[in-house]
Amino acid sequence: MKYSGKVHKFGADIDTDAIIPARYLNTFDPRELALHCMEDADPDFPQKVKPGDIIVADKNFGCGSSREHAPIAIKGAGVSCVIASSFARIFYRNAINIGLPILECEAAAEGIKAGDEVEIELENGHIKNLSSGEDFQAMPFPEFMQGIMAKGGLINYVKGK
Amino acid sequence: MGMTISQKILARHAGREMLEPGELINCQLDLVLGNDVTAPVAIAEFKKLGIDKVFDQSRVVLVPDHFTPNKDIKSAEQCKILRDFARQYEIENYFEIGQMGIEHCLLPEQGLVVPGDLVIGADSHTCTYGALGAFATGVGSTDMAAGMATGEAWFKVPESIKFVYYGRLPRWVGGKDLILQTIGDIGVDGARYMSMEFTGEVIENLSIDNRFTMANMAIEAGGKNGIFAADEITLDYVKKRAKRPFELYQSDPDAVYFDIKEYDVSQLEPVVAFPHLPENTRPVTEATHVSLDQVVIGSCTNGRIEDLEITASLLKGQKVHPEIRVIIFPGTREIYLEALRRGYIETFIEAGAVVSTPTCGPCLGGHMGILARGEKALATTNRNFVGRMGHPESEVYLASPAVAAASAVKGRITAPWELEPERGFHYEI
Repeated sequence: MKYSGKVHKFGADIDTDAIIPARYLNTFDPRELALHCMEDADPDFPQKVKPGDIIVADKNFGCGSSREHAPIAIKGAGVSCVIASSFARIFYRNAINIGLPILECEAAAEGIKAGDEVEIELENGHIKNLSSGEDFQAMPFPEFMQGIMAKGGLINYVKGK
Repeated sequence: MGMTISQKILARHAGREMLEPGELINCQLDLVLGNDVTAPVAIAEFKKLGIDKVFDQSRVVLVPDHFTPNKDIKSAEQCKILRDFARQYEIENYFEIGQMGIEHCLLPEQGLVVPGDLVIGADSHTCTYGALGAFATGVGSTDMAAGMATGEAWFKVPESIKFVYYGRLPRWVGGKDLILQTIGDIGVDGARYMSMEFTGEVIENLSIDNRFTMANMAIEAGGKNGIFAADEITLDYVKKRAKRPFELYQSDPDAVYFDIKEYDVSQLEPVVAFPHLPENTRPVTEATHVSLDQVVIGSCTNGRIEDLEITASLLKGQKVHPEIRVIIFPGTREIYLEALRRGYIETFIEAGAVVSTPTCGPCLGGHMGILARGEKALATTNRNFVGRMGHPESEVYLASPAVAAASAVKGRITAPWELEPERGFHYEI
């Protein structure tokens, strides 16, 4: 799977309350959650994010709550992939389970700037910064986990077997 | 090679003799938990599987605690999903308001979690049950759905960090201060993916309520779980409650740890975490300049009877500062009743505090105490992220019930001994 899009950059320790504040957790409709995605970290994000855009962040992305609404909101906003130096454990598992592509790559998280156009190949973990020409290599996921993401999440993957 | 308590529990549930960190294993679960925020998502996923029963009706627990009593129509719809599911699938442990409590206070109290258990919960503070010597970890809703269907989950065997606390614990310093100090030391990702094992002479003498507080916040250091070796203190709590037989585990003397951290607590002051991360810790005496608009005492971190006892001891005969709002919410119905019997509730109300039914509401900015722009709260809860308790430009400071109660009286962050100068402390103000 190949994704490309414009980068929105975030810092370290972006927590799940920043990704989707608890005040909106009285629903799990992806379209409604998307309207408030990242708003406590960047109030303009829900307006400026375009389908296919990519989030790039520093360490420990998604720390805090176990709310699956966090990756659901990001996916609902049309974000194609999240690249971070590292992910918090529950967010990492949730993203894969709901079929939100993610990649862990410290060099890419440092080297890619806001507004850059980036292309990602999930199969081999290859990240290309189309704006600067730089290449980065993330550790690719094992085949079964790529299968989960390609099917749009764990439940579809399990049903399809 | 020896194993840690966490590895032993995982091995037992994977049907294995030995495990090494990094291995991927499939385990049998003792309990699967969800609440009114996470379970509706899990139930929707569960229904996609097209199966007609959960793996074990006695081992799925549903607690509507986050936005209850229903704060709005959407929340009411979410809770109804839980209630309808519980009836349709004959879930034995569904706790309606009136019987319920904040899930992580409620499950141990009801004897639903016992030492040696392997528990997943669709709530990050599921790690609380490590206080009983159980391996308990937070997961998302999809994992909960799969857990309800199969009674199984896969895990990566975590490395462990051993935390050793020694010395004499000063008056007014407790589990909340120990865990905040630890998070301040290692950072909010200092134990990412790892087990946090709490040990040492201080821990051996620490009450079960203080242990719950510490295990509860393992996630705030990124931990997969927090755990204590079960001992006499654990058994005192568990024996009269346990609904199932249980097993006690100790780490082997030659267990391998990723790291060992030692803390001499003898000079430790109560700790306050400043906005906007639990790792931004300072001793309380460096925080007394912060004026407050609200004090919140309760939650799955500090809503137990000992927390209310220390709060009552400080609020007895005092008045809440006129420019401050104080909200106290006991963790469960049983804790609420015990506080009532002991006269604490009367003390709180006479002092000018509001006492709420058990709910997660204020802790996560859900309802029952939202902050306006620019307001500051001191809370005994677990997170002080941007917007956690309301407006994105509000601030949350985290501390113990003792600091919270003293601050409620003074209207600013206050060291507990400021209210009782005659009882003294080794720090001068």
